[in-house]
Amino acid sequence: MAITKQICLSTSGLTKIFGFGRRQTVAVDHVDLNLYEGEVVSIVGESGSGKTTLAKILLGLINETAGDVFFQGQKRDISSHQKRQEYWRNIQAIFQDPFSSYNIFNKIDSVLLDCINMRGGRGLARAAKVELMREACSFVNLKFEELTNKYPFELSGGQMQRLMIARIFLLKPKILIADEPTSMIDACSRATILDELMKLRDEIKMTIIFITHDIGLAYYVSDQVYIMERGKIVESGSADEVILRPRAAYTQRLISDVPKIHEEWDLSTV
Amino acid sequence: MGKTMLEVRELTTKYVTRYRENVYAVDHVSLKVEEGRSLGIAGESGCGKSTLALSLMGYYFPPLHYTSGQILIDGRDISAMSPDDVRKSVLGAEIAYIPQAAMNALNPTQKVIHFIEDVIRAHDLYITKKDIYERARKLFETLGLPAAVLQKYPVELSGGMKQRTVIAISVMLFPKVLIADEPSSALDVTSQKMVIKMLRQLMEVGFVSAMIFITHELPLLYNVTDDIMVMYAGQIVEKATSEEAVFDPLHPYSKGLMGSIIVPEQGLRDVKLTAIPGVPPNLKNPPTGCRFAERCKYVMKECTSLPSIPLQEVSGGRSYRCLIPEAELRELYAREAHSHGHH
Repeated sequence: MAITKQICLSTSGLTKIFGFGRRQTVAVDHVDLNLYEGEVVSIVGESGSGKTTLAKILLGLINETAGDVFFQGQKRDISSHQKRQEYWRNIQAIFQDPFSSYNIFNKIDSVLLDCINMRGGRGLARAAKVELMREACSFVNLKFEELTNKYPFELSGGQMQRLMIARIFLLKPKILIADEPTSMIDACSRATILDELMKLRDEIKMTIIFITHDIGLAYYVSDQVYIMERGKIVESGSADEVILRPRAAYTQRLISDVPKIHEEWDLSTV
Repeated sequence: MGKTMLEVRELTTKYVTRYRENVYAVDHVSLKVEEGRSLGIAGESGCGKSTLALSLMGYYFPPLHYTSGQILIDGRDISAMSPDDVRKSVLGAEIAYIPQAAMNALNPTQKVIHFIEDVIRAHDLYITKKDIYERARKLFETLGLPAAVLQKYPVELSGGMKQRTVIAISVMLFPKVLIADEPSSALDVTSQKMVIKMLRQLMEVGFVSAMIFITHELPLLYNVTDDIMVMYAGQIVEKATSEEAVFDPLHPYSKGLMGSIIVPEQGLRDVKLTAIPGVPPNLKNPPTGCRFAERCKYVMKECTSLPSIPLQEVSGGRSYRCLIPEAELRELYAREAHSHGHH
């Protein structure tokens, strides 16, 4: 029996225009997305294609010029601070630069404590909170004893990014937007981060939206892939379909520009 | 066999921190690059790749200090020269270096031609502006860059174009050795490809005789260089041809690195990426014996009890730094691949 998947987040005709008149830039141009529960979706595009702007709109950090965002079938309402807070309980993000994602004046403990408090754990006993934090840290293979009482700058980039995932583990959102989560860390820790994200997806059944320029990475992690060019979605479909049998010229170019190891890399196209 | 353009013998350099601690980021590194060949250096961040690149130029400034070893460019030892001599007669003319964020080095208030004048004037005081322009135009055209770039300000150029311009400027004096440290990691894939194409072109037309290319992107390294050297905690752990290093790595660390390659090719989704647990050791007081022992799956008692692990030579000019013999390592890897298949 096929399980019908629920649409978790969708957009219709989403548009964002920066500037006015002759100077205007259409950053996101009539984007329609349908994201199902528990799916990993990648939005791939080069720099300047509008993928981060799209992520920010989905997060509710900037307002759309036109179009709608639907969350669990209903039109998203983030008109007041309270409603926005409510929305953010369901949607969370990991950003590219782990070094600027933390408040440098707060210790690691407070980062995790905030998450517990946000999920209604304010009244818990101290021991229970510590237990939760320990569990979250061990989920991402960090030792809480080594992190407690430390400031963010004492951690490496990979550790910070893993702590970000520990945060998500505590918050248990419905949707996670990962905006280039591995582009600042080297290839070796990349596998660890990806593994942990996938483990987290299986654990709390959330939808992950990967924003990336790395088409190989998109292919490795995602179920659905959307290719974005100048604000428009030019191709979408299952990962195998889009990456192995690309139809749009832009997708073909993107794939041909990435160095490969089993196939010949043709340098004559540039 | 071509003639050796760059030879490094047991080079050791250190950083001195403000607490007077010594951090040996390059520890007894030996390498050889022949004419017309390129060498890639791979490794995690913090393994000493970039420090090695800096050290190879023979021009040291605090906190980096020279400790011991020799650097020979085309047979000439530059490690014993005074910094001033190195700057005047070696940098730019013999060895050129493209740093990580090279494109940010362009002064925004000057036109591109100005930087070229600077480079050429430093080595030839009496050349006329017209001659400089002619020389620059010829070089740019050979490399497929529009000559109009010469009269532009850096802000008028795109990121990829800026990077290629910097590379062109760095080979203005036709150096023997070019060291490129992550020249394309800040660019998008199309610009990256153009930069790589240009680097290959430099070798083909003979503007540079040998190249050292540093990056942590292994698929890129595989496509650019003839040989690959894997570094870990300041030491070389494996030296092999690109083909061997990527498809048949010997050292457990190289094996782990190669297992993290992501390329958009059929079959990628069927393999599980391997991650190396743990973090590299602190180089202020590196562990005795094998530096990778703490993170290694195949660690034995001898790995940590010996003072240091020697680099073992195997057939075909390969070498690796591990106590386990080649055949035994291969067997271990084969067994592991087999057990993965069952899951």
